[in-house]
Amino acid sequence: MLMTERDRLAAEIKALGLRFGLDRTSLVPILLEIKRSYHRIDSYAMQVTAELLGIHPVEVHSVVSFYHFLGDRPQGRFVLRLCRTISCDMQGKDRVMRQLENDLGIRFGETTEDGAFTLEWANCMGMCDQGPALLVNDRILTRVTPEAVHDLLQDCRSTVGAHAAESRQGPRS
Amino acid sequence: MTDPAPANPSRRAPASQQAQVLPAPANAAAIGGSVSLTINGTALKVPLGTTILEAARTAGIQIPTLCHHPDLCIAGVCRICCVEVEGQRTLQAACAYPVTAPIKVSTHTRKVRQARRHVLDLLLSEHFGECYACGRNLNCELQSLARDYGVDGFRFGHPERPRFPIDRSSYSVVRDRDKCILCRRCVRTCIDLQEVGTLEVLGRSDRSRIGTFLEKPLGGVVCINCGQCINRCPTGALRANDPTDEVWAAIQDPAKHVVIQTAPSPRAAIGECFGLPPGRALTLELNTALRLCGFDKVFDTNFAADLTIMEETTELLLRLREALAGRAAALPQFSSCSPGWVKYLEHFHPDYLPHLSTAKSPQQMFGAVIKTWYAHQHGLAPRDIVTVALMPCSAKKFECNRPEMDASGFKDVDYGLTTRELAKMISETGLDLVHLPKSDFDAPFGTATGSGVIFGATGGVMEAALRTLLELVTGEPVEDLYRHADITPVRGFEGIKHLELTLPRVGPVPALLAPLFTDWDWLKGATLKLAVAHGTANARRVMEDIQRGGPFSRCHFIEFMGCPGGCLGGGGQPIPTSPAIRQARADAIYQEDSSYPIRKSHENPDVQKLYREFLTEGPCGPLSHRLLHTRYTARGRYIE
Amino acid sequence: MSAIPTFSAQVPEAGLRAALALDRAGILAVIAASGLRGRGGAGFPTSVKWNLAASAQAGRKFMVCNADEGEPGTFKDRVILMDHPGLVFEGMTIAAKAIGAREGILFLRGEYAYLRGGLEQALARRRDQGLLGPDILGSGLGFDLRIFMGAGAYICGEETALIECLEGFRGEPRNRPPFPVDTGFLGCPTVVNNVETLAWAACILDRGAAWFRSSGTVPSSGRKLFSVSGDCARPGVYELPLGITVAELLREVGGEGAKAVQIGGAAGQCAPAREFGRTLAFEDIPTGGSVIVFGPQRDMLEVLRNFLEFFIDESCGQCTPCRLGNPKLLEGVERLRAGRCSMAYLNELRALGETMQVASKCGLGQSSPNAFLSIVDHFRDEIMGRNAVPARAQAKAGR
Repeated sequence: MLMTERDRLAAEIKALGLRFGLDRTSLVPILLEIKRSYHRIDSYAMQVTAELLGIHPVEVHSVVSFYHFLGDRPQGRFVLRLCRTISCDMQGKDRVMRQLENDLGIRFGETTEDGAFTLEWANCMGMCDQGPALLVNDRILTRVTPEAVHDLLQDCRSTVGAHAAESRQGPRS
Repeated sequence: MTDPAPANPSRRAPASQQAQVLPAPANAAAIGGSVSLTINGTALKVPLGTTILEAARTAGIQIPTLCHHPDLCIAGVCRICCVEVEGQRTLQAACAYPVTAPIKVSTHTRKVRQARRHVLDLLLSEHFGECYACGRNLNCELQSLARDYGVDGFRFGHPERPRFPIDRSSYSVVRDRDKCILCRRCVRTCIDLQEVGTLEVLGRSDRSRIGTFLEKPLGGVVCINCGQCINRCPTGALRANDPTDEVWAAIQDPAKHVVIQTAPSPRAAIGECFGLPPGRALTLELNTALRLCGFDKVFDTNFAADLTIMEETTELLLRLREALAGRAAALPQFSSCSPGWVKYLEHFHPDYLPHLSTAKSPQQMFGAVIKTWYAHQHGLAPRDIVTVALMPCSAKKFECNRPEMDASGFKDVDYGLTTRELAKMISETGLDLVHLPKSDFDAPFGTATGSGVIFGATGGVMEAALRTLLELVTGEPVEDLYRHADITPVRGFEGIKHLELTLPRVGPVPALLAPLFTDWDWLKGATLKLAVAHGTANARRVMEDIQRGGPFSRCHFIEFMGCPGGCLGGGGQPIPTSPAIRQARADAIYQEDSSYPIRKSHENPDVQKLYREFLTEGPCGPLSHRLLHTRYTARGRYIE
Repeated sequence: MSAIPTFSAQVPEAGLRAALALDRAGILAVIAASGLRGRGGAGFPTSVKWNLAASAQAGRKFMVCNADEGEPGTFKDRVILMDHPGLVFEGMTIAAKAIGAREGILFLRGEYAYLRGGLEQALARRRDQGLLGPDILGSGLGFDLRIFMGAGAYICGEETALIECLEGFRGEPRNRPPFPVDTGFLGCPTVVNNVETLAWAACILDRGAAWFRSSGTVPSSGRKLFSVSGDCARPGVYELPLGITVAELLREVGGEGAKAVQIGGAAGQCAPAREFGRTLAFEDIPTGGSVIVFGPQRDMLEVLRNFLEFFIDESCGQCTPCRLGNPKLLEGVERLRAGRCSMAYLNELRALGETMQVASKCGLGQSSPNAFLSIVDHFRDEIMGRNAVPARAQAKAGR
């Protein structure tokens, strides 16, 4: 059987449907999983999901376009979300912002050419007493400084690959 | 007949678009069945669960609305209907607030009036365009509210230039995002009412916008062109694709012979564009107006409707013969004159296309006949004929542009013109339509029957087909079975109707059908199972039942109309629309039917003449197939 | 350095065991007597919510914990979920018994995904110990819960928007009435409670209503967690009685000398120094616990801009006043920053803010003008007739 990328995606979505349930209440969990695995929710994924749950593709697109963590733009392997709300702003998030942009060579909202990093803004992430706060995929980092940015990016890069070193985990607080 | 199994629960309006659904008390007068309230000091008593808006209406108190619509579930998003409820800090949306306890409502306090003005000021701050240059000038709900609430300046600014290109990719529906006020009526129409699912809200916050899947142009997504969204849009954000400039050019081109065919639904509704209440047909006045506009000939689409009945009923009899002889046949047969419904089937159930009658719609049959037989009869070159169709329908604009609609060797129907567009043309001439003298249609397509007229209402095609089928098969008048030939079981706005009809007897085969049938013996005692559905949500239910092998899969003939109410509720009809308006139009149509001397398609002398002189092999013969039958395109739903 | 003394001292499952020994009416009576009010910010009396759900006739009911903490400056729920998850689950179980729900959902904001592993482990342990499942501690009560991850939307902290997200829709608040206690998740009666509210409920069932009432004020009984951040020496989570003054709190956290304090997050009020005598309580300055301290060097207009950008980004966009009003307020702030806003237009915007407070469909649009109105009113001297901000200093955080 000629198994294409699409076949694989469709099979995975079907499995997610069986796991979460074949109705609309599964929509957000399924989309989060697709985003996690593929770093994007493309047109095919949306239509397969719609078909599976018995809703219209545009309804899936509507939900995808609503939530910050979904979105139909492809993202990098590492999504870096920097908090821009007032407490982190007061603790120096601007300098971290500029350093991230400098080190990655992209602006916020963009993804690096190699598909490794995406820079996004986030709103208050609940680390207001230890800002600036930075979410790296599911990992939260606190009291981030411009100096620490370089090491952080290196750390991420080193976790890629079959034999990569385990990344340092856990919030520093 | 009970409804088919309930729809997939995944498909429903989000609760943010609904108000509380309280079970209606069986006896509103009973204790606990009603509730008292005061509005602006006036005491009222209403059934429990009535919204403030409805309660106010019973007392003749107007509360402004924008996102509210009688056909649609409640949204509560525009906030212009906000009113003060004593004891509550925030204003409450009158359209969404159910009265369940005695409350005191005030509808024009300082806070309320300020809020209304602010809502209008905010909407106008984003609404690009001058009313002068908009097709909804003087028929726009935003404009009316601005007038009613004394808007005399743009408190929060007004756009100087458009921000978005206008989407003209569809033959039928044109989208202008700059005029959208995000009332979401189109979304609720497309997803909840029609269940087609073309439009939804995308994005968030002030980046919210109404859009299609992947924000593709409307012509490139699954849109069936029914135009129900146009009918319900309060502003000019959604319009039909307007060809009046081209039609004027044709009329004023001396080399062109421009004929127009008018359908019953526009005739029953065009008065609404001229200040008349719905329900007064202006058929004969319209004929005069059209000639004065410059149309060379004015024909009655009813003629072609009768022709459609002859072809489609014969086709049904052919399929029945196969089925009753135990051979395979594409039953149930689906009616095919609603182009919105046809496209719906092509997208959503392409494997059922063989069930569609291959008969063209009356509009398209007419075009083919005009550019062949009529042209020949009158010594006209078909390329010099321009056929215009006055239709209640926006999908007909797509239909006449279907590539296979060229049986005459030319584009059979050049332009589909909506009721609203023709009203505009008449306005341009300054004619007082309502008071024009009456005049008849032109020969050779001037005789109409009641059967043709009732096409405009849901159940009409079925009734017309039955009047003919029963008489042709039994040899006895239909009036023996149904008083006055009114087949009332198929009438009315119930979403899905089901009827079983046992043939009381069979008679001789009429001469017209002699080429195809030798006798009707195989129909002796047969029970015909029939159904009628209108609006694609109901069509979907029927199709899902058929797929499951339910009762509808055992029907022989099903009439499907894409639009709620049938063609009288079509996407080209006057705006606004409501259940009451559609009822009035239906009444006008059935009244017109009753007034006709001839009420059955096969008795139309012009139709009989056509078969005698042109389609000599009879209905479903080779020439009929070439000119009056068509094929369909499996489209599916996947979008690249 | 966040410590929650009461929670830390609380004996695990003491509240649950006490609740299991009572019937539904008994539990509801204890909560009513305690005067517990929602700790998420709205301050709705918890017993009223539980009572309404309890008396609803339905085969299926839901107990939902709102862990979509997103109000700027709030992080107390994060600390509770990290350090005292068992107490929260205890509270959910007690609530479930009180209202008659067998199913629970913990709606965890997507940004807290790093907490999920620990929470799932805690749940697994509870199931092993018979604290969740078909027959809890042999009492006959059946209740279990699952974790649902949010997808990045502050608005899902609003209970009906939260339910919409659970159902697979955009997080758009619903028309109310009906309320979730009557028609909630999947149309069933649903109680949505804040994380902290449930933790306190567990404590109350153990220690009693009178204990809870011994702190706080009469209308605002009990203690509350405050998340403190900004220009202060000791930011963190504090457990304090409701009814303390702003000045007292500032002394606790080392924020004396503050120019202003934002209480209740971006949706709250900005109290200038002359109002530091006011109390943090539902009858005075209500709050979900967010306290942001602004030192004398802070530019209040920049603060306001930050808040409005937040609301514009997080607004769901369905209703006119919020969707179009917030950008107008922000535009006004930009004009003020440029020193180019007339008093007449400022008054127009103030009136717009007042309309938004009463005409918006949900709490976001109703409270986003609060910061605008309080900062514009209390810091007139700072905002009028300014010199335009130099381009170099405009470190714009893009939207």
